[in-house]
Amino acid sequence: MIMSKFSEEQMTEFNRLVARYPAGKQKSALLPVLHLAQESFGGWLSAETLDYVAELLQIKPIEVYEVATFYSMYNLKPVGKYMFEVCQTGPCMLRGSDDIIAYIGEKLGIKPGETTTDGMFTLKTVECLGACGYAPMMQLGKHYREHLTKEKVDAIIDECRKNAGSLN
Amino acid sequence: MSKKLLLEKAHVAGIRYFDVYRKEGGYRSVEKALKEMNPEAIVEEVKKSGLRGRGGAGFPAGMKWSFIAKPEGVPRHLVCNADESEPGTFKDRYLMEFIPHLLIEGLIVSSFALGSNDTYIYIRGEYAWIVDILEEAIAEAHKNGFLGKNILGSGFDCNIHVQRGAGAYICGEETALIESLEGKRGNPRIKPPFPAVKGVWDRPTVVNNVETLAAVVPIINMGGDEYAKIGVGRSTGTKLISACGNINKPGVYEIDMTISVEEFIYSDEYCGGIPNGKRLKACIPGGSSVPILPANLLLKTAKGETRYMNYESLSDGGFATGSMMGSGGFIVLDEDQCVVRHTLTLARFYRHESCGQCSPCREGTGWMEKILKNIETGKGKMSDIDLLWDIQRKIEGNTICPLGDAAAWPVAAAIRHFRDEFEWHVNNPDEAQKRNYGLAHYADPIHVPVA
Repeated sequence: MIMSKFSEEQMTEFNRLVARYPAGKQKSALLPVLHLAQESFGGWLSAETLDYVAELLQIKPIEVYEVATFYSMYNLKPVGKYMFEVCQTGPCMLRGSDDIIAYIGEKLGIKPGETTTDGMFTLKTVECLGACGYAPMMQLGKHYREHLTKEKVDAIIDECRKNAGSLN
Repeated sequence: MSKKLLLEKAHVAGIRYFDVYRKEGGYRSVEKALKEMNPEAIVEEVKKSGLRGRGGAGFPAGMKWSFIAKPEGVPRHLVCNADESEPGTFKDRYLMEFIPHLLIEGLIVSSFALGSNDTYIYIRGEYAWIVDILEEAIAEAHKNGFLGKNILGSGFDCNIHVQRGAGAYICGEETALIESLEGKRGNPRIKPPFPAVKGVWDRPTVVNNVETLAAVVPIINMGGDEYAKIGVGRSTGTKLISACGNINKPGVYEIDMTISVEEFIYSDEYCGGIPNGKRLKACIPGGSSVPILPANLLLKTAKGETRYMNYESLSDGGFATGSMMGSGGFIVLDEDQCVVRHTLTLARFYRHESCGQCSPCREGTGWMEKILKNIETGKGKMSDIDLLWDIQRKIEGNTICPLGDAAAWPVAAAIRHFRDEFEWHVNNPDEAQKRNYGLAHYADPIHVPVA
């Protein structure tokens, strides 16, 4: 297996992150560095990546593992190119999030937690993302998609397919 | 019309950028604080203002500041808690997204008051795009001499750094936040020592909510005494309320804590009433952790007095017949909503977010979710209701941090006020799969003002 390493540009960002903390407290950069690693290496964190981060931050691998397994945003398995993270907590439920989750699942032929066979989409249910007034909602990459309806879901899926197509 | 101190300018075109914000009077409090005041005087003004922590606990902010230890030669830190994760709460996001410089301005003044040269904003990981907004605002403030070395010639140096979390409600608890800021799991610390003595990297640390720190700006501009005149009693100043659920106008509203709950729900200036002519069933007025109230107890206290949108009035009657202001996450349920199902989603949330450190919370939240799921899906027994009550009582007060209480209270309040709905689920398992229970008998009749 080929080890992934940060590019020069990513190393610049790594150094910027570490420089925010007092000397010797570089471990504090662990959460942001794991975000950077996840974005840089295909949307998930392999064991090799976690070891690489430990080496960069000069901390023990276990210190990275215990953090990577604690926080819900770190994916420890490969995920689809587009991950639909749909909120299902109370305020979203009141506005019909259960129907939205069911509709996405039906449309993509997957259950929450699964990825389509073409590796394009992952459906994930998440707990409150702080968009309760704009429910139902999902996180897609860096941004929120709010006031979801079945029509909007259709449009988002089309948009993703189109973007993926234009990348190839 | 409520007085607006934080969001008055939030919709001025381009207010997100320094030049517009400055032209609208922004950063005046930094000039005043750094040129005319000393740190002690700022703390004094915040004390006089009566400002209470806006994250949920409502602890007096000036008093919290005065606890910070000042050992010789040890740096101190201010940390802004932007980990907003309490279901129903999205006010800090709104403030940071639309008027980020207000937070930066408040952070500079507060950092000066506390002697923090490196201040951190710990923001929930999902608010990824807001990180960019904040970093841009910070860069602009640097460029214009409000951050960096020797700010406005005062000799005070300050940098602000934004750290993203990674999806953990528990990191809104201040000691868990500090652990996370140090690059660890978000396991709350045992107190004492309190963060004011030993916080991040064992240095004296103050952790305050976004809205609390933004409120420092009007307090310095107008003076603590003037700020304290707004509002009522110990609920001074303005409060951001994020309203959601079954209302016509969900969103973030700034109120001066003198309006009634009824006005807040039904007035067109705020929530605009319940959609589709439905009736109000229940409401969680301060974020998912605080007790749910049936409509009758929400609009009027047990004594029959009008209930107001402030700390004292919302908690009138204690947990028996009242609730809490909490974080200001206002969740409205109409007559079609199922309290059992809603409570199940909250129980699932707390099970998911328990850090696992204390067994009453780690095990208890899982049991509560499981039992609620059984009742909701028609597999419940009558004894389950008492079992739920028993479990929540054994979680409350028996954990290191308040997440245990936060998980226990919604379940307790749902059973306390809607026991008949739980019993109906158990007695009518098939029917409960097809329809909702509707309004509880004691929540009826509800006075619905004619629009």
